[in-house]
Amino acid sequence: MADIMTPALGESVTEATVARWTKKAGDAVRKDEILVELETDKVSLEVAAPADGVLEFIAAEEGATVEPGAVLGRLAEGAVASAPAAAPAPKAEAPKPAPAPAPAPAAAPAAAAPLAPSAQRIVAENNLDAGAIAGSGKAGRVTKGDALAALEARANAPAAPASPAAPREIHAREERVRMTRLRQTIARRLKEAQNAAAMLTTFNEVDMSAVMALRNQYKDGFEKSHGVKLGFMSFFVKAVIHGLKHVPDVNAEIDGTDVIYKNHYDIGVAVGTEKGLVVPVLRDADALSLSGIEKGIGALGKKARDGQLALEDLQGGTFTISNGGVYGSLMSTPILNAPQSGILGMHKIQERPMAVNGQVVIRPMMYLALSYDHRIVDGQGAVTFLVKVKEAIEDPQRLLLDV
Amino acid sequence: MAQYDVIIIGGGPGGYNAGIRAGQLGLKAAVVEKRTTLGGTCLNVGCMPSKALLHASELYEAAGGEFATLGIEVKPKLNLVQMMKQKADSVTALTKGIEFLFKKNKVEWIKGAGKITGPGKVEVTAEDGSVTTLEAKNIVIATGSEPTPLPGVTIDQQRIVDSTGALSLPEVPGSLIVIGAGIIGLELGSVWRRLGSKVTVVEFLDRITPGMDAETAKTFQRSLTKQGVEFKLGAKVTGATASKKGVSLTVEPVAGGAAETLEAEYVLVAIGRRPYTEGLGLENVGITPDKRGFIETDHFKTSAPGVWAIGDAIHGPMLAHKAEEDSVACIEMIAGKYGHVDYNLVPSVVYTYPEVAWVGQTEEQLKEAGVAYKVGKFPFSANSRAKINHETEGFAKVLADAKTDEILGVHIVGPQAGEMIGEYCVAMAFKAASEDIARVCHPHPTRSEAGRQAAMGVEGWTMQA
Repeated sequence: MADIMTPALGESVTEATVARWTKKAGDAVRKDEILVELETDKVSLEVAAPADGVLEFIAAEEGATVEPGAVLGRLAEGAVASAPAAAPAPKAEAPKPAPAPAPAPAAAPAAAAPLAPSAQRIVAENNLDAGAIAGSGKAGRVTKGDALAALEARANAPAAPASPAAPREIHAREERVRMTRLRQTIARRLKEAQNAAAMLTTFNEVDMSAVMALRNQYKDGFEKSHGVKLGFMSFFVKAVIHGLKHVPDVNAEIDGTDVIYKNHYDIGVAVGTEKGLVVPVLRDADALSLSGIEKGIGALGKKARDGQLALEDLQGGTFTISNGGVYGSLMSTPILNAPQSGILGMHKIQERPMAVNGQVVIRPMMYLALSYDHRIVDGQGAVTFLVKVKEAIEDPQRLLLDV
Repeated sequence: MAQYDVIIIGGGPGGYNAGIRAGQLGLKAAVVEKRTTLGGTCLNVGCMPSKALLHASELYEAAGGEFATLGIEVKPKLNLVQMMKQKADSVTALTKGIEFLFKKNKVEWIKGAGKITGPGKVEVTAEDGSVTTLEAKNIVIATGSEPTPLPGVTIDQQRIVDSTGALSLPEVPGSLIVIGAGIIGLELGSVWRRLGSKVTVVEFLDRITPGMDAETAKTFQRSLTKQGVEFKLGAKVTGATASKKGVSLTVEPVAGGAAETLEAEYVLVAIGRRPYTEGLGLENVGITPDKRGFIETDHFKTSAPGVWAIGDAIHGPMLAHKAEEDSVACIEMIAGKYGHVDYNLVPSVVYTYPEVAWVGQTEEQLKEAGVAYKVGKFPFSANSRAKINHETEGFAKVLADAKTDEILGVHIVGPQAGEMIGEYCVAMAFKAASEDIARVCHPHPTRSEAGRQAAMGVEGWTMQA
């Protein structure tokens, strides 16, 4: 017998959703064959059979939430396929570690203290979310008064959006689909960023002629030498780092009443995938050559599309580049990737008539947008940063000379 | 010179529990006690011996009356010497028990009278007059209280006794006057009435048991009156003359009017207790008790660094279990932990028949504070266990906040009320609502069901009355 356990999910990830079982109880499985897919806030991961045998039962059905160490199912090692055994009462609960001794003075709120009978009734009768009620009782327990207050607060709330507890009716030509955990996380993070930051966007435009000429001149030789195509992203990553070095506020984050400046440049590059947007991080991008950047982005993009991103690939970015241009966007205001303080929006390159030295000339132009957290980056810094990016793209030799 | 983490002056419920808790927490602790036994007033001349006599006298009375209605015909004969001996045996066993707990927890018992001579210094004068000085990082004053004397009525412990004397009368008084209708007076008055005395209670106020919920007190008084206790309320005792055969007491109506003289074989003065803080050397560390003798503290810290005080010597209900709570919180704070006592949740019990027990606020207090509350009440006459046992006197009453339903006070009058109140102490510590009790299964048939039915009554769904 071998329990199939939920693996460690990575730093700061405490639970996962069972996305899909590829086997059902009673199926014969081979060692290392994928049994079940899990989704976390950040990545999808697969759990393989630890040995040859038969999947005896499934403890955590699809849609169940599991913690690291929780039993997903059980494998009868070496057994031959037969009728599935009756599963014991499904238990998605992981064995909890012994609680650490509470610090003496402050009464630590009991996270999962059972509800008092009265609160239990009120919560059940009114579809309240017990976890969302602030408890005023001993060690943070929810009292009847707390539950009544929550009920009253809900009654007084101005036309609250349909609460998940009371889903609205579906009409004939509508379809209800549960948001994936990834989508839910994206939704929550975006809203959190909007709520937390004093976010605004500044724009500029960049003449892509010089970079395009450079690229045209060297693209074959570049590909031959490095085995990777020379794209525009590498120039933008270089240009962004050039700008961040001039305006360190954009590479910093707010922590309480402090500002944390980061002397490393880990650039998140937004990648659209089937399941949604992910932002893998290119580490120490300032130390990479153009070819190194192209290779790195290529590898991350492939991993993202294959659903193979690891948590480490997604954590710890200091600045993000988003490219709406690949879908044809001419101008947009990207939302910050909290707790970062800046995000650059690239857009579609479009030929437009420009006035140059008193002459109208046609130039390949791109609008640039920088959304930034005004709490930490002031207007001058934001504009300066964007101008630095523009200058570096319009005159790539600046990157060489660092001016 | 011996150096301690904590020296506790006084070995009563505050002091001995402080010693035990200190020992448990690994502090080097000593308790200074001048009595020849540990346990203080509570074990030696208070709660314990009075309960021993209350229990014995209740059975004696039942044997002579109620037994016959149950079909048991006996004619009990009082052996007062044996009754006093069983009381003394129990007390001895209990005080020895504390000595054992001291050994178990490595608490030192220093015999003698303690006095603070300076910061961190305690001088102990033993019975033989020898003096030792001890040093401690912390000193805890747990000296308790003593009966308050009544001007004009001198305690001689012969005919005019205090609670200590009333626990060891050599005979059953033909008549006994109890001055003070508080808990102690009514308990000891009950003991002697059951054993045959004619008992009259003289009280200055126009009600008995001040502090008790008024409706409850009224029901309680009716029960005692039915048993033969006579009450003279609103009456002030102005003088007493004791002779070999009895006492003649001068009593005046508080409202004014002619004085009268009451005669009784014995008089018990039970008008209250006062902190016992004299002769402690408080002046040596700059502590001045208030005019009633209480030591002011902030979470048990006195104005003198390193000097703490708990129990009857400080403000709050003068009860053994309150002192015990103080002791735990105080010692835990000394050990650098968190300590807190909610005096609103210190229950009170009167161990008469019927018993009275309560915790939290009375109706009068809630009205005074302008709190909107609801009442649920259930009579024991509708409780099956009470009926079966022919013990239907009294009721349980639950007071809860009109809005949040949080239980604010519980008042029970009836046999075993003291055993029933603990449920509500726990509930209230968890800020429970009356509905929380109403929705919890209680065993049937028990008196505890009355407590649940009363809780149901708060929201109007009492089912069995």
